Amino acid sequence: MGQTRREFVKTAVAASVATGIGIPVSAGAREKVAELHKDWKWDKSVCRFCGVGCGIMMATKDGRVVSVKGDPESPVNRGLNCIKGYFNAKIMYGEDRLTKPLLRMKDGRYDKKGRFAPVSWEQAFDVMEAKFKEYYGKHGPSSVAIFGSGQYTIDEGYAAVKFMKAGVRSNNIDPNARHCMASAVAGFIQTFGIDEPPGCYDDIELTDAVVSWGANMAECHPILWSRVTDRKLTHPKTKVVNLTTFGNRTSDIADLEIIFEPQTDLAIMNFIARHMIEKGAIDKKFIDDHCVFATGPTDIGYGLPADHPREQGQKMRGKAGAHWTITFEEFKKALEPYTADYVSKLSKVPKKQLVELADLYSDRKRKIISFWTMGFNQHTRGTWVNEQIYAIHLLGGKMSTPGSGAFSLTGQPSACGTAREVGTFAHRLPSDMVVANAGHRAKSEKLWHLPPKTLNPKVGTHAVKMMRELRSGGVRFFWAQVTNPFQDFANANEWVKAAREGDNFIVVSDAYPTVSAKVADLVLPAAMIYEKWGAYGNAERRTQHWRQQVKAPGEAKADIWQTMEFSKRFKLKEVWGEQPLPGLKAAGFADGKLPDVLPEAKKMGYDPEQTLYDVLFARAEYKKYAWPDPIANGHPNDVAEDAGFFVQKALWAEYREFGLGNGHDLADFDTYHRVRGLRWPVVNGRETQWRFKEGYDPYVKPGKGYDFYGKALKKIPSGSLKGEKTDVSGRAKIFFRPYAEPAESPDKDYDLWLCTGRVLEHWHSGSMTKRVPELNRAVPYAVCWMHPDDAKKRGLARNDEVVLESRRGKVRVRVDTEGRNRPPIGLVFVPWFDENVLINKLTLDATCPISKETDYKKCAVRVRKA
Amino acid sequence: MTWFWTHHYLLARRTTQLGVLVLFWLGAHWHLGVLTGNLSSSRVLRTVPLADPYAVLQILATGQVLGSTVLLGAAIVLGFWFVTGGRGFCAWVCPVNPVTDLAAWLRPQLGVRWGVRRGLRVDRSVRYWIMFLALPVSAITGVAAFEWLSPIAMTHRELIYGPGLGLLAVAGIFVLDLFVLRPGWCGSLCPLGAFYSLVGRWSLLRVRFDPERCDHCGDCIRVCPEPQIIRYDEMERSGFIDSGNCLNCARCLEVCPRDAYHFAPRFGGDAVGSPEEGSP
Amino acid sequence: MSPPAKDVSRRGFLAALKPQNVALAVAGSTVWAYVTGESRASVPARRPPGARDESAFLASCIKCSQCVEACPYDTLQVATAGDGEAIGVPYFEPRKVPCYMCPDTPCIAACPTDALLPDTPIEEAEMGLAVLVDQENCLAYKGLRCEVCYRACPLIGRAIGLEFRPNERTGKHALFIPVVNSDACTGCGRCEHACVLEEAAIKVLSVEQARGKLGENYRFGWLEDAEISPDFEAPMAAPDLPQWRDGLERVLEQMDDLSGIEEP
Repeated sequence: MGQTRREFVKTAVAASVATGIGIPVSAGAREKVAELHKDWKWDKSVCRFCGVGCGIMMATKDGRVVSVKGDPESPVNRGLNCIKGYFNAKIMYGEDRLTKPLLRMKDGRYDKKGRFAPVSWEQAFDVMEAKFKEYYGKHGPSSVAIFGSGQYTIDEGYAAVKFMKAGVRSNNIDPNARHCMASAVAGFIQTFGIDEPPGCYDDIELTDAVVSWGANMAECHPILWSRVTDRKLTHPKTKVVNLTTFGNRTSDIADLEIIFEPQTDLAIMNFIARHMIEKGAIDKKFIDDHCVFATGPTDIGYGLPADHPREQGQKMRGKAGAHWTITFEEFKKALEPYTADYVSKLSKVPKKQLVELADLYSDRKRKIISFWTMGFNQHTRGTWVNEQIYAIHLLGGKMSTPGSGAFSLTGQPSACGTAREVGTFAHRLPSDMVVANAGHRAKSEKLWHLPPKTLNPKVGTHAVKMMRELRSGGVRFFWAQVTNPFQDFANANEWVKAAREGDNFIVVSDAYPTVSAKVADLVLPAAMIYEKWGAYGNAERRTQHWRQQVKAPGEAKADIWQTMEFSKRFKLKEVWGEQPLPGLKAAGFADGKLPDVLPEAKKMGYDPEQTLYDVLFARAEYKKYAWPDPIANGHPNDVAEDAGFFVQKALWAEYREFGLGNGHDLADFDTYHRVRGLRWPVVNGRETQWRFKEGYDPYVKPGKGYDFYGKALKKIPSGSLKGEKTDVSGRAKIFFRPYAEPAESPDKDYDLWLCTGRVLEHWHSGSMTKRVPELNRAVPYAVCWMHPDDAKKRGLARNDEVVLESRRGKVRVRVDTEGRNRPPIGLVFVPWFDENVLINKLTLDATCPISKETDYKKCAVRVRKA
Repeated sequence: MTWFWTHHYLLARRTTQLGVLVLFWLGAHWHLGVLTGNLSSSRVLRTVPLADPYAVLQILATGQVLGSTVLLGAAIVLGFWFVTGGRGFCAWVCPVNPVTDLAAWLRPQLGVRWGVRRGLRVDRSVRYWIMFLALPVSAITGVAAFEWLSPIAMTHRELIYGPGLGLLAVAGIFVLDLFVLRPGWCGSLCPLGAFYSLVGRWSLLRVRFDPERCDHCGDCIRVCPEPQIIRYDEMERSGFIDSGNCLNCARCLEVCPRDAYHFAPRFGGDAVGSPEEGSP
Repeated sequence: MSPPAKDVSRRGFLAALKPQNVALAVAGSTVWAYVTGESRASVPARRPPGARDESAFLASCIKCSQCVEACPYDTLQVATAGDGEAIGVPYFEPRKVPCYMCPDTPCIAACPTDALLPDTPIEEAEMGLAVLVDQENCLAYKGLRCEVCYRACPLIGRAIGLEFRPNERTGKHALFIPVVNSDACTGCGRCEHACVLEEAAIKVLSVEQARGKLGENYRFGWLEDAEISPDFEAPMAAPDLPQWRDGLERVLEQMDDLSGIEEP
């Protein structure tokens, strides 16, 4: 290299300083840096972490990722990263990477009570197949389940759905995105009839006000928050409001910080709507032309088991999502009780702040964006609050318009791209279709080349139900992919016990020995993001692809390889014959069983001896996608090498068919490798910034102005649940939703609210970021943030170790009374990244009854000195 | 048995020297609260303060106002040695003492005469110069001047908290004592010993001398680390070793073939460890 | 009772008070003082909370390590020879273990000499002062969303705040620049410890090293307005005559000096 380290440091510093302050860098300095890095190979990729979806460039050398830089061409981040993104190059190199399958064994055989021992993939699949078929044979498709992820690549999520739904005919696949985005999805579908945000990040540079609801964007969406901050700095009119249940870093630039009593966001929003109507600040024409008012039942329960005291008398538990149209007058009347006085008393927010906030929404001349994440979504009325924020924006005509809109942020890198768009949910199929809809099933069967009625019409077990059925014995084969359920699920003690003590088989595919891996019976070593090809879809509908950069260590394999390899173990005759399905009731199906579709399959040219792999993945038309392919540009593809064809590209082509012309148009595979992502719908090679708005969305015909063309739930009763059906196509619904009590509130035994969440330095359960030494040093353990007065009252001082306990479990944790989070009196906040502070042992598994998403933000706890 | 009898005080001294170190070590590493801190200052059972009075004196010389804890600690230590004989610290506590003792024992065994042959000698009075000069030097430099470099404190701390370059200082003392100077570090240079010799000048506990048993064989003089203090003529008159520089190390008691020495209070009274009780 | 024997060594000592010996002692002390002073002049370290100012602390610390033993986090260390610190004196290296700012400050309670001033509230400690020394490598200065030091700060918002600036390069992001407020910073070093760079960009320096000092001749008007605003109601005081005369004489003297005007 001919350059000393010192010289390099000097050159590199000169280059960085110069670029920072605009001093031109000498050609010599540039050359020296280039010379030093000449054997580094750079390629475009995407950050592994949150839903913002920053583009990165990744350098590899000698089969190892050596460096990462923010992609300066990426419109999202323009070369920047947060501190997690900064360490993308290090996440794969933790010392405890799993490199061999591990099986619980005793005396050389699988034993649920045995200790983990390394086995070959062959042995692993043998045992896995035997256990799967044992339960499947005895109990049918409802006894097996895959718990997937919003961190799946699009292709591996697609493969998992196809394997479960088309292959073994089970709808028991649900992603961790259930804990994250389900309420947003339900809100979108009920309001617009189609999933995902109409607007995009460009709204930030165009808006006059940003209201963050239950989203600590400063820590959880760092780069987006950087954009909001810039808007605030460079556009003096901009107002920033932080609505939250505890003080946090998002308040740093806020003009107004509103700390409200948990759950009262429902009431605050009704106050805002009421205030807008009172002030005449609603857009009458927009409402008349494009909206309809609606409401639904209120006694819908809390998503707890039916025998729970909280569920008694909740008559509409089973029909929580039903809704009907109402008139504007009825809407207005329903809002009547939500006066400033009432809401102020309920929410403990000063009236002045409430009015200031409502005035912001009432300002007709002001463009405004509302952002939210888990504060809304993880809520026993998560769907309702999502709908309420749309109601406010629709009332003001501030939706789907550049600079204005209600924008649901995602937590995970592909909650949109994979979990939602591919539909790795118990009730979904790709492209916003659902299993309960015969037409949707038929379309999917056609695209998947399946005999009619192969697909199961009964909605599968959603995430929380999956765990409850693991306990009750309904689900017995459980496979977790790209996620860490036994750390993630609320009420964790129950599920760990169910997994360890039940008659079941738990498979966990992961890269590191997580809590879930320790709870499993079989651990499969997984390849990580840059060890495989893939694509993610971020919160603004931007689909971003990347190439495999390096090989996975040891015997670790991509999840898609694992799914496909497992599918080789199934012959059509084993799964496409008649299958028992308790509780099935659907038009065209006999009660309680799925039909034998083998005769029809034979007519289609299938042989019952063929494997699911042959039929689902190794199709002749797939093999046209040859490997190697010039688009690879010299990058490896271990999955394709094994399969003999370009699996990811073939699956993409098939998957793409679902969305074309259906409002979910995606570009072709190669295009994504030439661009910095595209926001769907991509029609005629052009992405879409604002959906539903004429001039931006190709689906909106000229002259319409706006068209809320989403097709779902557009034929609904009018006046009441039993009313005559009315067609509200093209319109968005403005829902009235009342305040409802939380599922569990502090009382004299458990006198504090517990709210959980994230910190900037760590991602989710910490399985990756805790293995980056620098991040681990920056935030080595979770603490319990608490108001100084609450601490004092209990004789606690900062750094004291305490026992924090709820009715469900307890943890030991250190107290912090200051620092980045500032809870009000009566609330404590604990982040959930730390497996040594397994805070989900305490949380309550109450869910939104519509979205089935758990409320991780509210339960009652108490604290005492350890 | 005979060896034991001629060395039992020596063993007892090594035991207390080691014991003090061990207790400090346990305090630092196992949080055992018998002794916390070190010889410069410490607490007994986490309450009773102790402090090195000479170090405190130097700090006071710098003009600093000190906390009452350390003053009380220094007073306690001062009082203790005032009664029991100040240089008892050297014989019974100081961690450098075994090192210089070892050098003194090795010197005749190895027949080292390098320094003596070249006439290298430092007068025993030099330690007093150093002791007194430490005070103005402290005042000038603004730090406790001897404590800043004290090989005793360095050795002691490094034995407790882990070794560092300070152990070179003690190696230096060993080399000095073995090859170069006689009297060496303790006898001619150490200002702390000099300080304690003043503290113990009129101490209560003394080594008494029975002239009637003594046959002037000189064994005691050969074994004494401060041999200049054993002067038969003076002891015959006073009845005890009347010098602040007596370490109360009891080597003379042990080696005297005629048991002419025993511990006793300065002012008459019964003998402590009188020969009748325990003679072999 | 016999008269006390004359101590041989003391007698020797008195006899030694000869002029050449005294001269030797003075010379020796000078060397001693010089060596001690030189070694004192080394870079001052990060001290335990409540430490008196560096020179008073070095003077009054008896090096007993009781503070070190009292520290529940093993933050404090004893300097040994070769550490480059004053030997035997407690210090800490925040990059290894920072101070966790125990509200009950067991280290201070353990100090027998009051070298650590008793009852110093931990938030008023000045163990050192954090300084963002390397702005060239600091990620926040580059626009990355790091600010780990800011969030690690136990006095977040008080000791380290953020200054927001537009990111001119991207045109749509902001810089979140950590800024230390010396009034509140205790020098605990949580920031230096947390910094994710291989070598920390923010470091705790001793207060002496870190602080500049504004000359008495200038005050920031907008910061200290109340303190130095002239009282407009009071009459202006006339200058003191003798001083003025002094000045005049000096001026007259200068008037006589034509060396700069005359041709050489």
